Amino acid sequence: MATVQTRDQPGPGRDLLAVLAPLLRPVSLLLIAAAVFLIVGSLTSEIFAQQTVAGLAQGAVFGSLALALVLIYRATEVINFAQGEMAMATTYVAYQLIQWGLGYWEAFFATLAFAFVFGTLVQLLLIRPVQHRSTIAVVIVTVGLFVLIDGVVGWIWGADIKFMPSPFGQQVYHLGGVAISRQDIGTFLVTILSVIALWLLFQFTKLGLGMRAAALRPASARLVGVRVDRMLALGWGLAAVLGAVAGLMTEPSQFVLQPTLMQPVLIYAFAAAVLGGLESPAGAMVGGLALGVFLNLVGQYVHFVTAELRLPFAFFVLLVVLLIKPSGLFGRPRVRKV
Amino acid sequence: MSRPSVPALVAAAVVAVVVAVLPFALSGYHQGLAALVGIYFIAIIGLNILTGYSGQISIGHGAFMAVGGYTTAIMSRDHHTNLVLTMLMAFAICFALGFVLGLPALRFSGVYLALVTFAFAVSVPQIVLKFSTFLGGSGGVQTTQTVSHVWLFAVTWAAAAILFVLAWLILRGRTGRAFRAIRDSEVAATSSGVELPIYKTLAFGISAAYAGVAGSLYVLATNGFAQPNEFGVILSLQLLVGAAVAGLGSLWGVIVGAVFIGLLPTVSSDVPVIGSEHGQDVVFGLIVIIVILLIPTGFAGLLARLTRARAGA
Repeated sequence: MATVQTRDQPGPGRDLLAVLAPLLRPVSLLLIAAAVFLIVGSLTSEIFAQQTVAGLAQGAVFGSLALALVLIYRATEVINFAQGEMAMATTYVAYQLIQWGLGYWEAFFATLAFAFVFGTLVQLLLIRPVQHRSTIAVVIVTVGLFVLIDGVVGWIWGADIKFMPSPFGQQVYHLGGVAISRQDIGTFLVTILSVIALWLLFQFTKLGLGMRAAALRPASARLVGVRVDRMLALGWGLAAVLGAVAGLMTEPSQFVLQPTLMQPVLIYAFAAAVLGGLESPAGAMVGGLALGVFLNLVGQYVHFVTAELRLPFAFFVLLVVLLIKPSGLFGRPRVRKV
Repeated sequence: MSRPSVPALVAAAVVAVVVAVLPFALSGYHQGLAALVGIYFIAIIGLNILTGYSGQISIGHGAFMAVGGYTTAIMSRDHHTNLVLTMLMAFAICFALGFVLGLPALRFSGVYLALVTFAFAVSVPQIVLKFSTFLGGSGGVQTTQTVSHVWLFAVTWAAAAILFVLAWLILRGRTGRAFRAIRDSEVAATSSGVELPIYKTLAFGISAAYAGVAGSLYVLATNGFAQPNEFGVILSLQLLVGAAVAGLGSLWGVIVGAVFIGLLPTVSSDVPVIGSEHGQDVVFGLIVIIVILLIPTGFAGLLARLTRARAGA
């Protein structure tokens, strides 16, 4: 009896331990160590700080496209290889709207609405019919979509470079000795805000609950009245919206708009998603930020890794994560059932 | 699968005769085109061995073609090696590379493998740009020998015939059975005594080797130039499109897939609306989606269904 009583007694030390427990997991320790490293580095070197900030802005973009991939993967266990091209196409739509005289932010939100409808239609018309067949079939359909979108965009707008006004201007702020462009801050904020908006939708609305249920336990969800098919289509729509945000935020950092806009970003997003664990939305975001900062710092300090090696480097990250810890930073190890 | 059926033999004989007669009937330009079809034929057989028979998807076979192509170009540039020898070398190097890449592929399947191979396809042209002194950068590497259309046509189709028979021999026996068992269920295959690591990496190696030979010939078909933008992502995607149109898991259908991706650009260039480069992409994309949605077994499956329907009627 005595032991039971002591176990029930809430001691102050025990409380503290319970609060700290999630922070003591290896992943959290790793992230804390990384954050400390970045902060210390930024305080000691201005170049380091500059690269870190720029890396965070790029990483946020990788993260949002990675999140789009993860949303779809969680729901249907497939990767949408056309995610980047869909984002590119919606960016062209924004370009067109601006050409027609809309202001940037009006075009921005109109484009997000377009992306939502586009993503939903893709799921309904192309993915649903093959969904239950095989992974290979779905992958090939998304590959077909990749080529199709490339062709349609080239058809309508041509392959030559287009210019689009940056929503943030070219202004640069100086903080201490560190130059931070308004562009980077804007990119980071817009991306993070859209991710937070999505998180709120998933966490606090009935629709979000339904979508989570449909993704995690489709059969049980159907039994309690969730329209699983509809939820999956909405999920593709939301993923396309996130992709559109990524596309719109990639464009100003490249200064130009061309059909290959999102192809490198897609690879970074793959690496980010796998780094985060492919099933974890938070992991995708953390993975994206980590990859963005990492690529910039490596590019700055490791002279062997020049601009050409950025993509192979992402491939390398992808490979290493899959070999060492296939479940990524935040994923759970997969259990294979016979 | 154990013994070729009579119609299959007849079909093979017809194809062989057509191929043998073609050079006399065609202009140099068309011989080049026919050779291109042969090149895709080889590459798609390779991809089909991997994806169609052993169930491992690859969106990176263009990269193996690049490795094969650069092998030929560099050996020719530096040592003036006999071109056929360089093809054998491309076969060997790509086999080894495919085998090595197949090792990590053991740990992941399905979408993960698709991701890795896709990233591989994107990375290879970048690596060419990085090591530009050896690999020629964006300007590419040129072979010192150039070949005539007839030579290219003859060698391509001879290689295609040899590799086709080789694939058929591999797939009809114990190895092919192991591949198909793995494709249908890895767990079941393991419990029936199929050594997964050996056969999965073997499939990767063979498949990459085929792509390597195709890449080697591809460089010769583009006037001996190996250039990074010739081996972009789109090439990898086209191969997958070709394999899907042909029908995954069928060797006979491959010729249709090869004709499709080899000739569509040329045929459609005369058609007004879809004639542009982008128009072709639209057609490519649409057709592969339609094929997967409506005839999931591809051309080969369609043919089988038609024959069966006639036999039933």
